[in-house]
Amino acid sequence: MNRSFIAQNPSVLWFIALLGLFTLAVTVGSEAFGTGLISTSMVKTLGKTLCLCLIAIAMDVVWGYCGILSLGHFAFFGIGGYAIGMWLMYARTEGIVLSSLSGQAIPSTAQEISDAIGNQIFGVVGSSDFPWLWAFADNLFLQLLMVVLVPGLLALVFGWLAFRSRVTGVYLSILTQAMTLALSLWLFQNDSGLRGNNGLSGLQNIPGFETASQADISLAFFLGSALALALGYLLFAWIVSGKMGSVIQGIRDNEARVRFLGYRVEGYKLFIFTLTAVISGIAGALYYPQAGIINPAELAPIASIYLAVWVAIGGRGRLYGAVIGAAFVSLLSSWFTGGGAPAIDLGFYTILWTDWWLVLLGVSFVCVTLFFPKGIGGLFDYLVRKPS
Amino acid sequence: MNNTLLEVSGVSVSFDGFKAINSLSIQIAEPELRAIIGPNGAGKTTFMDIITGKTKPDEGTVIWGERNISLLGMSEADIANAGIGRKFQKPTVFEAQTVRQNLAMALKNPRSPLAVLLHRKTSRNAARIEAIAEEIGLSDSLPRIAGELSHGQKQWLEIGMLLAQEPRLLLVDEPAAGMTVEEREKTTDILKRAAQTRAVVVVEHDMEFVRRLNCKVTVLHEGSVLAEGSLDHVTSNPTVIEVYLGRGHA
Repeated sequence: MNRSFIAQNPSVLWFIALLGLFTLAVTVGSEAFGTGLISTSMVKTLGKTLCLCLIAIAMDVVWGYCGILSLGHFAFFGIGGYAIGMWLMYARTEGIVLSSLSGQAIPSTAQEISDAIGNQIFGVVGSSDFPWLWAFADNLFLQLLMVVLVPGLLALVFGWLAFRSRVTGVYLSILTQAMTLALSLWLFQNDSGLRGNNGLSGLQNIPGFETASQADISLAFFLGSALALALGYLLFAWIVSGKMGSVIQGIRDNEARVRFLGYRVEGYKLFIFTLTAVISGIAGALYYPQAGIINPAELAPIASIYLAVWVAIGGRGRLYGAVIGAAFVSLLSSWFTGGGAPAIDLGFYTILWTDWWLVLLGVSFVCVTLFFPKGIGGLFDYLVRKPS
Repeated sequence: MNNTLLEVSGVSVSFDGFKAINSLSIQIAEPELRAIIGPNGAGKTTFMDIITGKTKPDEGTVIWGERNISLLGMSEADIANAGIGRKFQKPTVFEAQTVRQNLAMALKNPRSPLAVLLHRKTSRNAARIEAIAEEIGLSDSLPRIAGELSHGQKQWLEIGMLLAQEPRLLLVDEPAAGMTVEEREKTTDILKRAAQTRAVVVVEHDMEFVRRLNCKVTVLHEGSVLAEGSLDHVTSNPTVIEVYLGRGHA
């Protein structure tokens, strides 16, 4: 990244500066810092929101810039969450089992310990054996590698098959959605090896940091999420601002023309699809330890559709638009569905926002699509007149 | 012709039983300026689709270059990289991007994703872009968004993108459509200059424009070659007259 990259993209500098200020403000206000202006649960919500912003910019690159309306990126997000969740759950259960067995006169064998851990984790789905999926669950490094490799490989294979056959537009969207649905349904099964609909839980407890308070842990994850968002933003801004950005926007606007210019479109789509899947996986791996639990419902197709809605409302084809959309809509969503919004009594009918929020969201989505195709981010165009 | 660049022989293709191209044979030399004319449905665009790899013919051969490579079975991108550039009937430039970005994307440079990702602007590339912009008369419009250009300017930009690819063969589909008289003259000049060093094939409806190109003409009709030669030669051919006037009055 040379100087001209930042110079040519002042919005990147603005974004990083604002993110830095926001991070500083939350840190100072957090319970971990001592002021306690912002509750620990709020820090977690904000940290999770930053992860959602990260997957939103990935979605913006793949959809807003490259024109691939993927309805499957939340699957990659979920896979990242499961991958880190397996280690978190294994390592914590191992710690509990070891400490409970330590009092015995005869030391337990490795097999007994393994059985005890298996029983703890899989007893809920009536099993005690470790499925092959958990082969690396005891190794943090390998499991972190899975966070990147599994979404990356899945995207690579899926993308290679789809793009090579020149599946585009709505058909590709349907395929990605089918992939998400299949993955979610598989995870729901008790014999999937990932605890069926129970999912993985207790992820907020970080092994090795048993003495640390949730206030400290939440702040650490918040800072980690902010850093990941900043790095992800820089990476994507660099990619879309250069010649790569030209080519992928060309693919979005006229795929055939790009092909006749001599570019192998499939390779570009595969690169973007896979890279954004990997970033989505990383975002998920940061999100779920803050959420504390992951279950197959998180990977339901609707989640990926929400992702597209965030990006559309925020403004496609501009990274800060995706961030605004994801932050604005997801925070608003938790305010409305969390009972934060006051019910409106019309006399003959009471609008309960837990029921009506989705309707409001749907209406806003339609309005944005019809009247503000550039989304909220488009408002910045009125503020900043580009020199022509 | 001993310097044949492209040799299409015995090519046929049908869509749902309709024979769009019927054992068509054409040879293009390098350098050469060639006009291909013919009524609607004569197979002009399908002919271009076959050469550029968009459509696979049912039979026949398409042989390219001095090493006699078959273009059939190559992907669009490979054919483009082999040295064939194509301009579409409708101006298709990337409207959301600037004129400079459009030309930069077309410049002959490594096309792999990695090379493009790590691509850096060089003064040599900048100079090439300036030279092409000069050639197509868009020097002052380089920072403009291509979508803001006039119809004629978009056509020139697309021709400029073709030139930037440095192809050995340019396929140009109806470049003069929708242009004013002055714009047509300028387009003719650009194409004539381009044809001094490479092969340029122009598909055109407009006889006046073809006359201005002043080159060898191939008349297509119902998917095969009806006549070939100078414009005066082919227009005096009674079959050509019948085909054109017959369709024209229908």
